[in-house]
Amino acid sequence: MATIEHNGKTYNVDEDGFLTNGMEEWDDNWTDYVKALEGITEMTDEHNKIISILQEYYKKNGIAPMVRILSKTTGFPLKRIYELFPSGPGKGACKMAGLPKPTGCV
Amino acid sequence: MADMKADELGVSVARDPSMMTHAVPTKDWMDIEAVFKPGNYCYPAKTSIVEYLGKELPPGVMGPARDWDVESDDWKLPDNWKEIIIDGLRQRLDKFRSLKIFMDCCVRCGACADKCHFFLGTGDPKNMPVMRAELMRSVYRHEFTKAGKILGRIAGARPMTFKVLKDWFMYYYQCTECRRCSVFCPYGIDTAEITMMGRELLHLVAVNINWVLEPVSNSNRTGNHMGLQPHTLKENVEYLCDDIEEITGIKITPSWNRKGAEILFITPSADLFAEPGIYTCMGYLLLFEYLGLDYTWSTYASEGGNFGSFSTNELMKKLNGKMYAEAKRLGVKWILGGECGHMWRVVHQYMGTMTGPADFLEVPKSPITGTVFDNAASTKMTHISEFTADLIRHGKLKLDPSRNDHRTVTFHDSCNPARGMGLIEEPRYVLKHVVNKIHEMPENTTREKTFCCGSGTGLNTGEIMELRMRAGLPRANAVQYVHDKYGVNTLSCVCAIDRATLTALMGYWVPGVEVTGVSELVGNALIMDGEKEVRETGLRFEALAGSEGDANV
Repeated sequence: MATIEHNGKTYNVDEDGFLTNGMEEWDDNWTDYVKALEGITEMTDEHNKIISILQEYYKKNGIAPMVRILSKTTGFPLKRIYELFPSGPGKGACKMAGLPKPTGCV
Repeated sequence: MADMKADELGVSVARDPSMMTHAVPTKDWMDIEAVFKPGNYCYPAKTSIVEYLGKELPPGVMGPARDWDVESDDWKLPDNWKEIIIDGLRQRLDKFRSLKIFMDCCVRCGACADKCHFFLGTGDPKNMPVMRAELMRSVYRHEFTKAGKILGRIAGARPMTFKVLKDWFMYYYQCTECRRCSVFCPYGIDTAEITMMGRELLHLVAVNINWVLEPVSNSNRTGNHMGLQPHTLKENVEYLCDDIEEITGIKITPSWNRKGAEILFITPSADLFAEPGIYTCMGYLLLFEYLGLDYTWSTYASEGGNFGSFSTNELMKKLNGKMYAEAKRLGVKWILGGECGHMWRVVHQYMGTMTGPADFLEVPKSPITGTVFDNAASTKMTHISEFTADLIRHGKLKLDPSRNDHRTVTFHDSCNPARGMGLIEEPRYVLKHVVNKIHEMPENTTREKTFCCGSGTGLNTGEIMELRMRAGLPRANAVQYVHDKYGVNTLSCVCAIDRATLTALMGYWVPGVEVTGVSELVGNALIMDGEKEVRETGLRFEALAGSEGDANV
């Protein structure tokens, strides 16, 4: 199993670099690590809003929200979400929030 | 990797000899070893998932769970792994007569060789269907035929070794079980079934992939591949109904897990989660509302797809059985199935001998037209395209095809409905009535000769993106042709894997072409009683032809 070290802390990750243990291991330091990966210069309130909505939704549903629900709940059009997280809501925002990738016919 | 630009990859496919060797082979195929490197294999299943499924199945089916690295030369196999595989092969030769025949009867005429999208896209000789089968036949000959036992390699036989196992893992996961090759085989050898057997044998020693087994595990535990829980499913559909109300002015409140409903509706869970499947789902919802159909959704049987069929027979059987157990529990008369691919292959071709005929249900009868679907007399399950085509034929739907005039459409025959159950005319009949501008792709790429999306059988995962784009090239090439010639901007299909994977394929090879389910186009065209005076957008809030913001005006 792969690990990633950032600022002295070690995280277990899967092949795509998502946290193996999800939100159990998630912390601000992880956010800081993904921030650099995503090429985000400064975390804004908008970034944080998406992260906390994703985590809240995941706690209730055990899966990431449909992109359209994310868009509606945050009030950000999809285009804006891609501006905030260049690799998209799945690979970027979900990874930062400590959510797993959805599987199946997607 | 996926970073390669489309024009470079196109040149590579056309000129480079082979994706695997990047050279014209100079050695005998038995001497060329599979080399795993990032991008040419799928990630193995998570240990926790293999453990969980192992407990759900008869002992041995899943093999021992462990962490293993595909690129290493130590797959941490059980000590007696060869014995397990050979015993497994013996048992299956006894159980499945088709396997025995397919092992024996190939004359290596080569008719299948260039019919495979994986061979066309990778140039790898072991992706010729005849060779893919030979990977197993060689072992079969060595263990089970006199000539092979005595003459060995001269008779095309080889013993089971780690090198062979690597071949199997490489090439049984570079086959989407689409069965295009079998259409051209003079003996009708179904290479898909050889791949299925290959994968099943690999599972016995826990050599498997996560993108297949995680959905299977989700479906078995939560009800569907995505792992959508009951409250999430319901909320997602409510959300789609809100959109429908905004677009059409019609309020829909579908029922869930309702006992005594006449019909149980089952579709892939991606239709309740991901774009563009959700628009197909909106099409179903509108149609059923229009008809006032007495139907219910189920949170337990909330998956049409059967990723079990991409792993082992036991899992396929288990997931298929779930749909019928729910139909029985709810006391419905019959099942209406959505736009799913391999669900139909399992229902149509395997269920009869796996779970048996569904005698506790009634032969599907349309409550609107009275048509009895005798073709589903055993399975009691009717395809949404058959059901819709019958409604149109009886003049039961008020349709305005001009509401799809922003779309110039072609139809991709999804492999499993087309080749697995002969569903070829029905979707076309539906399309003809809901769309004005339709153009077929070249004849050798449609109907029973359709080219696969390149990512079926659980190969729709991100880590093999280059492979997927290569395997999908023949399909994309045919779309490019009608795109350039007729301005086709919409690729319609009747499969959820297609909806997801063709979207990626079009984005890569033919930008500007969107992917839709047939039912989305039905939903756009359907004139609902009491709907808004003017439909301003389509189901994905896209501008219609002639409306403001439309580039064609």
